[in-house]
Amino acid sequence: MTEPATFLLDGVEIPFAPGQTVIQAALSAGRYIPHLCYHPEFRPHGSCKLCTVKVNGRTAASCTLPAQAGLEVESETEELNSLRRTLVQMLFAEGNHFCPSCEKSGNCVLQALGYDLKVMSAGFRHFFPDRPVDASHPDILLDFNRCVLCELCVRASSEVDGKRVFALSGRGADKHLIVNSASGLLADTDMALTDKAMEVCPVGVILKKRAGFAQPIGARRYDTRPISAQALEDAPRPLGQGHCEACEASE
Amino acid sequence: MTDLASLLERHGCRPEQLLQILIEIQARAQWVSPEAQQQVADALGLPLARVQGVIGFYAFLSDRPWGRYRVLFSDNVTDRMLGSRELLDRLCARLWVERGHVSGDGLVSVDFTSCTGLCDQGPGLLVNGHAIPRLTCERVDRIADLILAQQPLEAWPADLFDIEDNVRRADLLLGHDLALGEILRSVRAATPEAILAEIKKSGLRGRGGAGFATGLKWEACRAAPGAQRYVVCNADEGEPGTFKDRVLLTRQADLVFDGMSVCAWAIGASQGFLYLRGEYRHLLEPLNAALARRRAAGLLGRGFDIEIHLGAGAYVCGEESALIESLEGKRGVPRNRPPYPVTHGYLQRPTVVNNVETFAAAALIAHHGADAYRALGTAKSAGTKLLSVAGDCARPGIYEYPFGVTVRQVLADCHAEDAQAVQISGPSGVCIDASEFDRRIAFEDLPTAGAFTVFGPGRDLFEMARAYTDFFAHESCGFCTPCRVGTAMLKGVMDKIAGGHGAPCDLAEIEKLDKVLHQSAHCGLGHTACNPTLDTLKRFKPTYVRRLKHQDFEPAFDLDGALERARQMTGRDDVGAHLGEETVE
Amino acid sequence: MSKLKVATTSLAGCFGCHTSFLDIDERLFTLLDLVEFNRTPLTDIKHCAPSDLGLIEGGICNAENVHVLREFRRNCKVIVALGACAVTGGLPAQRNHLDLGACLTEVYLTERGMAHGLIPNDPELPLPLDKVHPLHEVVRVDYFLPGCPPSADAIWAFLTDFVAGREPRLDYGLIKYD
Repeated sequence: MTEPATFLLDGVEIPFAPGQTVIQAALSAGRYIPHLCYHPEFRPHGSCKLCTVKVNGRTAASCTLPAQAGLEVESETEELNSLRRTLVQMLFAEGNHFCPSCEKSGNCVLQALGYDLKVMSAGFRHFFPDRPVDASHPDILLDFNRCVLCELCVRASSEVDGKRVFALSGRGADKHLIVNSASGLLADTDMALTDKAMEVCPVGVILKKRAGFAQPIGARRYDTRPISAQALEDAPRPLGQGHCEACEASE
Repeated sequence: MTDLASLLERHGCRPEQLLQILIEIQARAQWVSPEAQQQVADALGLPLARVQGVIGFYAFLSDRPWGRYRVLFSDNVTDRMLGSRELLDRLCARLWVERGHVSGDGLVSVDFTSCTGLCDQGPGLLVNGHAIPRLTCERVDRIADLILAQQPLEAWPADLFDIEDNVRRADLLLGHDLALGEILRSVRAATPEAILAEIKKSGLRGRGGAGFATGLKWEACRAAPGAQRYVVCNADEGEPGTFKDRVLLTRQADLVFDGMSVCAWAIGASQGFLYLRGEYRHLLEPLNAALARRRAAGLLGRGFDIEIHLGAGAYVCGEESALIESLEGKRGVPRNRPPYPVTHGYLQRPTVVNNVETFAAAALIAHHGADAYRALGTAKSAGTKLLSVAGDCARPGIYEYPFGVTVRQVLADCHAEDAQAVQISGPSGVCIDASEFDRRIAFEDLPTAGAFTVFGPGRDLFEMARAYTDFFAHESCGFCTPCRVGTAMLKGVMDKIAGGHGAPCDLAEIEKLDKVLHQSAHCGLGHTACNPTLDTLKRFKPTYVRRLKHQDFEPAFDLDGALERARQMTGRDDVGAHLGEETVE
Repeated sequence: MSKLKVATTSLAGCFGCHTSFLDIDERLFTLLDLVEFNRTPLTDIKHCAPSDLGLIEGGICNAENVHVLREFRRNCKVIVALGACAVTGGLPAQRNHLDLGACLTEVYLTERGMAHGLIPNDPELPLPLDKVHPLHEVVRVDYFLPGCPPSADAIWAFLTDFVAGREPRLDYGLIKYD
């Protein structure tokens, strides 16, 4: 077997398999790059731009950037982390992310990114969106005001659940998540608590009813351990230890 | 709805035809009703939400009725300079309707839309998708009367819809006099390899703005694995201030189709598409007639044919991968690249996407040879360039020059010697001032997709930048965080300054937004969204500074005004019911 | 060396951030060796003298909040937005998607038991703004300390850094938005 090809990430050699993108290879190799819309079980999406890195002097989203031998990739730099902080601030300003009353607080990826990147301020004027919540479903609540438009639920419902419950409409600042039923209500879909779409929402849009605030503060996912450490545990197995799920998912 | 059933059948119930089907439904009913949405979804085997998502993406499609007459005023800065906003108010007053609302009887609605490409004969509007140029009070009154009389659009006087070409200077492309079929006869006598070599040798670069080498693109597509290849002509001329493709497609449609056929010959494609922006709907019938003539003449249909797809009001579809998504009937969101369209384009197959003007030039290169072409222009920018000249000049219209012409020369030719600024290549291009008028239109100096918008001495360049900022916020596809949120925030900052609430801290916020957009936006729309603001800040800073308050910080809103609602509710007007301005920081 | 002067106030907040501040417990003695308080609910001093640091809890929901915030901005070299409401508007800002007039009508006029209701109009009362704003939308803010409330440890870490002349920086676990 020949040695796998490598690229450099912040000066460290990262091996990669053909078809892997930079973030997939980096996570497999135990190197974290901040990300929000990327999920190891799904095809890279490239919309949140938090995983932006610098490659040979140019910026690119590392989730969609194919790994190539010899690339010199920078990620852990003040310049890029400053960009990521601004992007997190933009997402907070765009939605109605009032953490103290959000059931997702403590388990929210957007919040965890803010903690890890040390986002201390709002930075921008808030948009205060006013979209009606959908409480029609007996078990599930949708709060569209918190949507970061990562499309993970769209992808999960279509690719894993085979139900195509979610889609996007509008454009620009008016872009928003919609539900696939004649009434537009979740109750009129076949969405179920066991759906993959239920678990992939990184923020507090898709919530299980009557289950909020169950974990005490301190015991929630990101209370004590940063997302940078935990994301690596979710990453696909390293090269050489069987097949790579991420590569299969990206086929 | 048997009508709808036959429409669906005509489109073969193919999901790629979704956008075209919705455009036809919209044209018939002026909206796409929930029943129609469901029927389309069922027939095409798509989720209803997919259909709704497409309707929600395109400005010319609607999921609620906008009146039997939907009037959309072009809102380019050139339209504004010609008084479009006052004319809109006049029409609204005549029709007793508020902008952005449907009249109580469901008859009419009036609103704005992005630049419709009639800048040389503005202000322009679209009524149910049909373009009307040269608006005046008199023409607006006629339109109001026709609407109030509920005259069907087909019965409106034809002179309202007359669009002029305004060709002021013709050169290679606009001046050619080859007979129909002549180009393809000489091309078919050569091998595809020889044609490709000639295109490469000519140094032809894309005319849509990015300037990628056409020969390399064709070669990469030809070399890409796959049995089926496509040629796509990008006639989604959405850059505000640009209208040269409209004129090329009006006067030289065959030259453009020749170019597409040349490309098909060179890369081995059997199918071509012309993606025509919805604003140029009036060109659809003449273009289809031209295609029919070509089929009759044996210039099409023998191994290669061309189909026209319409856009529906989405500037971002001018980006080639977004255009391909739109051709496939989807929301026009730019794809992740790589892979590029040359290997994974339409239906993931090898595809060449070129601008209208690029194809026209390619056709002449294939016929006359690369050397003849290279004899025009500069060493690095071969050939000619069509400029869409509009704004404060006596002779707006289309000017075709060999590359290398100075801005000063163009200004002299269009009689705008007193210009204070020119926006080159539209809002995503660059704004230059009088000290730069000796610069040249060329890839190596001032590259351009064709817009040449002139601003005379009295114009306020801040307002120009603000108009362009509105445009980008309106046209952002919303896919990526920086552009979706950043363009809306930039609009917020510009509105804050325009509203008299600006402070130096806002200039810092503009720079912060520009940095984020440049570093991380998904496509060119986001990368360039701050350009008009930054260019004018650099060259015309006083127009900003005189609007700013002196203190470092100023709220975006009027604090005293924020108490107005409470004053109304309590009936109070005492001193404590007001907030004065804070002047000391 | 003279002590740093510190002022604090709670605007559209719940005093939770001040309570959390007091939760630094015995460290208060250490703090009092280093700083001197002027206007704060803890000292009951009513107006802000020139200060080095102003800690402000709560967002801006009425005219009085604006006056107090401006007084702090005029008098404090450094302003800190303390807690979720000061940083983002917080809970009070959840009324921002409602019309203020409709709110007042419902609460004082149409709600059951309000037969002789009257929207309070005493000049002594500050008028509410149509929207609730975080501090940085009304004045320039120098530092932000998020949390609902920020923990005593976070407040302590911030203050000790600030008093020592270091750029305040919080370790993981001290930055919280809830």
